[in-house]
Amino acid sequence: MAASSDIREKLRMKRRALQDTLVKNKNEDDIQALVPSAKFNVDNQPTAMKEAEGSDEDPGESLRRTLRAQREKRKTKLLLEQPFVQDEDVGEVSPTQYNSPNEGPSSRVDDSVVSTRPPTGSQRGVSVKSEQPSSSLHLDTFVTRHLQEKLRAARSKGESLQQQETSKDSSEPVSRLQRLKDRDTITRFDREADPVSSGRHDDPLTLRSRVKFQEQARRVEKDFPTTEEAYNFFTFNYEPDQPSKPESKSKMRQKQRDGVEEDDRDENGQEEAEVEEEDEAEEDNQDQNEFQSEEAPLVRNEDNLFVIDHLPQDFVEVRKAEYVGFKKRVQRDCELLFTPSFRAVPTSVKLPENTMPRFLEDEGLYVGQRPAVSLTNKNISENRILKMAEGSKWFGDDGKILALPDPIKESSTRPPLFHMDEELDPALQTVYRKAMKSQYANLYIAGATDPEGDYQLDVDVSGLIFSHHPLFSREHVLASRLAQLYDQYLSRQQNNLTGHLTEKLNGLRKALRNMMRIHGEQGSSEALQHRISEYSLEVRNTRQLRDLEQEKDRTLLRSIIKVWKEIKSLREFQKYTNTPFKLFLRRENVDRALDEWEYEGEILKEVLELEAESEEQYQKKLAEYNKQLEDWKLWRKKQKAKQKKKKKKSQTQDDTEEEQEEEEEQDQTESEDQFEEDPVKPEVPERPDIDSLERWVREKASRIRRKPGEAILVPELCTSGGVTASDLCPRAEVARREDVSRRSLFIKILYNYKEVSRTDSCSLSTDFRVHFGQIFNLKVLNCPQSINLQVFEEIGSSYSLLAQVFVPVPDPSVVTGRAPIEEIEFSSNQHVMFDHEGVGSDVPLSFESDGSNKLTLLTSGKLSCCVSWGIGEEGVPLAPPLSQHPGGTHRGLGHLDAVSYIGASGLYDMKKIGEWAVQSRLDPNDPKNTSIMHLLKVASSGEVTAPDYFRLEHLQEEFNFVSDEEMESSKRFRLLRLRNQEAPEFRNYKFVPLLEREVSDKVFQDYEKRLKDGETIDTRQHLNPHRAVVAKYLQQIRESVINRFILTKHHYQLSDLVIEEEIPSIGILGINLFKLAESKRPLKPQRIERKKVTAQNLSDGDIKLLINVIRAHNIPIRKPQSSKPGQSSQSAVQGSDWYLSQVQVRPFVEVSFQRTVLQTTTADGPNPSWNEELQLPFNAPNGDYSTGSLQSVKDEVFINIFDEVLYETGPDDKSRATSIHTQIEKHWLGSVKIPFSTIYSQSKIDGAFKVNTPAVLLGYSREHGNTSVYDQWRSTQGGTFVRLFITVEPQLVPGESVREKIKEAEFNSQEDERLLQASEKFEKHAAGGYPDRPCITTVIDLSGKTIFITRYIRPLNPPQEFLDAFPNNPQEATSLVARYVSLIPSLPDQVSFSATCDLLSTCDQFLTLLAGDEQEHAVLLCNYFLFLGKKAWLIIGTAIPEGPTAYVLTHEQSGYFIWNPSSGQFYEKGDTFCPLQTVGCLVNSDNVWFNIQENPSPLHTNFDITKVKMWKPFFSRSFSHPGLSSVQPEELAYRQTDKAAAAELQDRVEKILKEKIMEWRPRHPTRWNRYCTTTLKQFLPKLEQSRGQDVAEGHRVELQNLLGDYRISGFPLHLPFSEVGPIIEAVHSTGVHNIHSSNVEFALAVYIQPYPNNVPSVWVYLASLVRT
Amino acid sequence: MEKTSNSSVFLLTVNGQIEGANFPDYDNLYCKYCYVYGHDWAPTTGLEEGITQITSKSSQSHKLIWNFPLETTFKSTNPSGWPQLVVSVYGPDVFGNDVVRGYGATHIPFTPGQHIRTIPMFVPEPTWRLQKFTGWLLGRRPEYTDPKVVAHGEGREVTRVRSQGFVTVSFHIMTKDMKRMGYDTGPTNSSTVQFATSSQSRDAQ
Repeated sequence: MAASSDIREKLRMKRRALQDTLVKNKNEDDIQALVPSAKFNVDNQPTAMKEAEGSDEDPGESLRRTLRAQREKRKTKLLLEQPFVQDEDVGEVSPTQYNSPNEGPSSRVDDSVVSTRPPTGSQRGVSVKSEQPSSSLHLDTFVTRHLQEKLRAARSKGESLQQQETSKDSSEPVSRLQRLKDRDTITRFDREADPVSSGRHDDPLTLRSRVKFQEQARRVEKDFPTTEEAYNFFTFNYEPDQPSKPESKSKMRQKQRDGVEEDDRDENGQEEAEVEEEDEAEEDNQDQNEFQSEEAPLVRNEDNLFVIDHLPQDFVEVRKAEYVGFKKRVQRDCELLFTPSFRAVPTSVKLPENTMPRFLEDEGLYVGQRPAVSLTNKNISENRILKMAEGSKWFGDDGKILALPDPIKESSTRPPLFHMDEELDPALQTVYRKAMKSQYANLYIAGATDPEGDYQLDVDVSGLIFSHHPLFSREHVLASRLAQLYDQYLSRQQNNLTGHLTEKLNGLRKALRNMMRIHGEQGSSEALQHRISEYSLEVRNTRQLRDLEQEKDRTLLRSIIKVWKEIKSLREFQKYTNTPFKLFLRRENVDRALDEWEYEGEILKEVLELEAESEEQYQKKLAEYNKQLEDWKLWRKKQKAKQKKKKKKSQTQDDTEEEQEEEEEQDQTESEDQFEEDPVKPEVPERPDIDSLERWVREKASRIRRKPGEAILVPELCTSGGVTASDLCPRAEVARREDVSRRSLFIKILYNYKEVSRTDSCSLSTDFRVHFGQIFNLKVLNCPQSINLQVFEEIGSSYSLLAQVFVPVPDPSVVTGRAPIEEIEFSSNQHVMFDHEGVGSDVPLSFESDGSNKLTLLTSGKLSCCVSWGIGEEGVPLAPPLSQHPGGTHRGLGHLDAVSYIGASGLYDMKKIGEWAVQSRLDPNDPKNTSIMHLLKVASSGEVTAPDYFRLEHLQEEFNFVSDEEMESSKRFRLLRLRNQEAPEFRNYKFVPLLEREVSDKVFQDYEKRLKDGETIDTRQHLNPHRAVVAKYLQQIRESVINRFILTKHHYQLSDLVIEEEIPSIGILGINLFKLAESKRPLKPQRIERKKVTAQNLSDGDIKLLINVIRAHNIPIRKPQSSKPGQSSQSAVQGSDWYLSQVQVRPFVEVSFQRTVLQTTTADGPNPSWNEELQLPFNAPNGDYSTGSLQSVKDEVFINIFDEVLYETGPDDKSRATSIHTQIEKHWLGSVKIPFSTIYSQSKIDGAFKVNTPAVLLGYSREHGNTSVYDQWRSTQGGTFVRLFITVEPQLVPGESVREKIKEAEFNSQEDERLLQASEKFEKHAAGGYPDRPCITTVIDLSGKTIFITRYIRPLNPPQEFLDAFPNNPQEATSLVARYVSLIPSLPDQVSFSATCDLLSTCDQFLTLLAGDEQEHAVLLCNYFLFLGKKAWLIIGTAIPEGPTAYVLTHEQSGYFIWNPSSGQFYEKGDTFCPLQTVGCLVNSDNVWFNIQENPSPLHTNFDITKVKMWKPFFSRSFSHPGLSSVQPEELAYRQTDKAAAAELQDRVEKILKEKIMEWRPRHPTRWNRYCTTTLKQFLPKLEQSRGQDVAEGHRVELQNLLGDYRISGFPLHLPFSEVGPIIEAVHSTGVHNIHSSNVEFALAVYIQPYPNNVPSVWVYLASLVRT
Repeated sequence: MEKTSNSSVFLLTVNGQIEGANFPDYDNLYCKYCYVYGHDWAPTTGLEEGITQITSKSSQSHKLIWNFPLETTFKSTNPSGWPQLVVSVYGPDVFGNDVVRGYGATHIPFTPGQHIRTIPMFVPEPTWRLQKFTGWLLGRRPEYTDPKVVAHGEGREVTRVRSQGFVTVSFHIMTKDMKRMGYDTGPTNSSTVQFATSSQSRDAQ
């Protein structure tokens, strides 16, 4: 079949190729044909396939034989078509030739061609001939010849293999291969054409025919036509409508299979006729016809092919996955898939027919709110449901989809707490409650720890009896009813109520009689009368009760007999018995006479009583009647009187109107009275009829009582009857019995809703009883809440829950052995139906022949079980004590649902709730709202006052770990808590001891001390009490800031966790592209950024400090030793050393860092060039390389420049001639110190640093003269410079600024939100445009609040003494002030606050703390300058070496000056040596200007802030200055200098320094030259006064004079003072102590000049003297 | 902080091995492991960190086998900060760059005995798709600053990850003195006793 389809496809393709050559247009018919035929194929192929597969080999063989002759006939005709199938032939030859080697060519042709189109062969031939007859003929002959040759060759080759291969019953590999080869491309190609052609559907020409055709096609699709239809179809003469033909032909398939040749002829004939007709049409059409006719037979002949030439090869076939065209697929999809429409479904469809939708809500029932579903979705699902079988059951009565009410609450159940800020109501204060042991837990613990303390619950499941079971037969139903009735009878019998009541009645009667007698004798007393009436009432009631019981007894007996009769009749009817029940009726004969007498007596008594009663009633009624009659008579009289009166009135007509009216009124009232009362004349009560009474009594007695003399019937039910054996029963009954025997039951025992055990599965006996007889001993750890027995029915391996039985938890006194077995009824509402005798469950059942009186029976039964507490070995009941028994499940309900609890009591404002309830239109019928409704009702009635607060202490106590006291007292917990709080002492505490006792008290000592010492200050460590206070204060601030940072540290950003390549911008990509074209070794290589390393995974020795000392210039040069003042250095040729050191100076650089000292080689001259790289190892404090720790490294890099001096020591006498001994001394010339934190934060420092040279350098001089306006400053400015490049290897990631995080963490600010936003925007913009220019608009003050920077600028008064010192010289005052500011010690923020966070203190804070960074210095200086009347700004920029820093800009007549606040020096704007590198922004009290000029260096910066193109102001017209008040104080108050303290400090420092120097020289004696020291001491105040300037020459000469025979080298150091440490460090770094010459002496002088507010200026004069 | 020698500790011995991994798409991977533990924990013996050999898949199996032994003993005073094993897997990408293939962590099992843990592995995702591409191209995928991040919960909300595969680790756990210190991690022995008779049953709770 597949082969044929292949062929077909190939043919089609070929044909198309041909067609293409012939016709290019007119494809319409083609389309028509193609599509339907394709459809047809789809429809029919599977069936054809089935047929083919279904047919056996043998019939195929025979068929083939019969058809062979037929084929032979056609062969000649068919051969004409060969050219179109020759490709296939190659493939088909080999399989066919095995079949019939003799007629190889013919069979081969059959395979390919016959299969394709025998019926249309003629037509085909005609058409082809008309087109190209010669070629086809030629081809035919050629092909046949060719094939014959091939066949011959193949035969000879294949003969040997033949046998074997045919036997294999599978397709030939070769052939398969070939087939595959052929198949390929063609199919695909062909198929693709389908959708293409389908696109061209619109042609009016063929529309009519197409319609017709489509009709046909539809018909075809529907069903196969009968032969008659087919015949009609063919004989019917159509219009030249070719496309329909394929269909018709395919319809003919069945016929053809029968080998009807006539049909073929018919077809051929007709087609020919059609063709002829069509000849009139265009040639193209013909072509199409050909095509169609070609197509159709292909389809049809599939069957032929299979029927005829069935071979094993044909059945088994490997084929490609079939490609299904798009259109076809869509069609197929349409059949298979259902797309629900989203149009609304009319209600009528959804409801059962002829029913109106019913709206429950309208009927007043509560209907919950339906969950919100969009209309489209709802429609879609409705459509979908309707499509389903039984879809309608999803719709409710109202035509909507059944839905539960929306489970989502509209608002949260937790009521909002409004009074957040206010103090809590005392009633709301949380109260501590000790954790209570829950009762469950208690039980649990008791059981868990002590196995002996187990409680045991015995569950005895003895059995199960069904009172109804689906497998009951009718007889069973009756039998069970009988049994029930009998049971009832027995129980009644046992109770014997009738007997009791009869006895009672007799007793009462007797008593009454006695009383009557007494009454009769003694006359009536009131009490007796009353008692008698009571008695008679009692008698009457008892009698009625007895009658009722008797009637019940009677009816019971009657119904027993009735049911038994029914059973008997049923047994007779069905001719077998199912139940062993038998009812015997025992007759107890009675003495008739006695019986009758009793009977009559009873009746008599009753009648008498009744008579008495009725008499009494009669009397009563009579009395009533009389009374009424009286009334009536009275009324009558009145009436008459009135009427008379009326008559009178009518006579007196001439009365006034008023009177009349009155009368009328009266009348009216009277008439009203009449209407009201209108008493009817009472009727006389009848006398009771005694006869009828007796009759009634007798009637009743006969109904409810045994007739006198009738035997007493005692029913006895026994199960002795036999049950008919199964083989005697009808089939349905047998089936039922089998079904019964298949069933078995077991019971699961659930304890507290958990299955603990289950019984064995016991099979159901024929009498529907199951005996389990198992006792389960449950070891109970948990308190019993419920015991549940689940009855399961098992059929085969599947089981289903039949019913659940809840057994009450037994009382602790109920102990095994004493507990009776209880029968607990159960029932199930499962619906079961059988097709055998079983009656099923929940199925209407009738015992009447007419089917009426139906009853529906549900599966039900009784479970006999017993639950009791076990008994221990000593007979102790294993029951929990009574107190531990929980109060049952209801106890938990109120507690567990906190929300419902809140719902009722947590609402505090009744009024509001009421309003809300009205507004939200709460449905009062909604069960959910009952609590609220109740509450509202209560509230409105005011009966109960609901609590006006809400407390949620639900379950809270259970979660408490230990009590707070315990928590507090436990040292271990305290330790753990403190560590968790990250208290500094315990932040990284390791190994909190496991046991309480192992926590030593020492652990807390530090912590407690710190807490205690919070206020007290330890002055010993500090030289100055004020310093101590400051230090303490700083410490506190640091802690608070650190705590803040610890908080912010927990705010993570992606970059904290993930290292990610930054996204390259397009610009960078472009640059990278450029780089490709770049030369490999550029002439000016750029520094490549090193990879940054996060500091975490580093250890000691990993980090190195690289210091590249490049060169220095302007180093002081030596002076001749004994030169006179004024003598030039060149002329000085005295002293031996001068000759040794021909050079002016031999400087080298020594770098010390963390006590590691390295030095460069020695160079020559005042402008040396070293170009050396020094590597210093870096060790972080405590080996902690975290960012925070690195930031807090306080170490500084000291870069000292020394002069190497060689001295010839006195050579000893022996070797005078042969050797010279020289001694190297190094003389300190100056130093640069760079804090590590600067290097760390900037990652590299590159530039020329001004060397901090002492004011006086003994033995050295500078070349520069003093020329400028500020000449004394110029001299220092033109000082020594050293060019350095410092970096850290590997590059560390600097701790990113906490600023962003702080913003995140909401460091609160008092600034306007708008201002903050604007400043953020401003800064962002600045950073975006000029990333290298710092821009600060907001800073953080010491309390951590963000403050706008202009608030810091305000004119502030400097100490008055500075102003007074030079009243006439403002210049001097300025320099004094600058010096004062520079004397305040500098302390970088990074160091103090361990993170890069700018904290800016106000000036008074700064002066109190006496420590701050450059910004604080700058602010103070700026403020002073403003006070002095200068124009001053703060410059935020970058400088060397500080990095981002703050300078001060002043504007004077002579131009702009830039002040370095921490050194007190100033620079002209054009000064190249100005350390300020970039100017970021200017700040004054009014505004902030950001530098938007091209070159930010101060040299090129225009400081005219009015130019908008150069300076971008923060406050502009669009955002004007909001008038920010200053945070600075009005005025600074200064404490006066304490000279005594300064003197004391001076002594102490001197002493300490001397000790230190001696300490540093452990192996050498240190001699102090007292004379020199005193001399030096005299110099120092002078130096201070001249601020280190201009005195050098003078005092050097003086010194020289004094110490003529000493070679002296020394210098004064000037330092700001904070602590002693830095001074010692500075002294140490000069290396003076390193002179090891034996005859060296030292001189050291310290001078401290105090300035206001405890700002001292410290001078240390150091000198070494060597006696020459 | 100073530590007295006589204080009581309990010991946790972790033996076992990083058996292998299942990374369907990658080959030639190696694995690093380390432990993350709280303040009150300290390793006493054994390697705290390690790196396995590079292993490649066999033609039959798609599992990567390392069989890398773990042997560490911890001492502790507090079960808080119970050690976690952090594994991270690396391997070359298409261009031969060593990139991370997964991070994962699991707590060391509490109970003594034999345990097998299959750790799901994941890697951080690039923030942007373009970054994903460039990262792929340049062989620089996003990585955690520290593999130990995966053992902590803090700050994870800022990352996005993609799952990658699984690493199987087997543990053999021994503890000493745990019970003596009041930490009972083992199964309660009393409740495991089963009664065989049909008439007896044990309360499930």
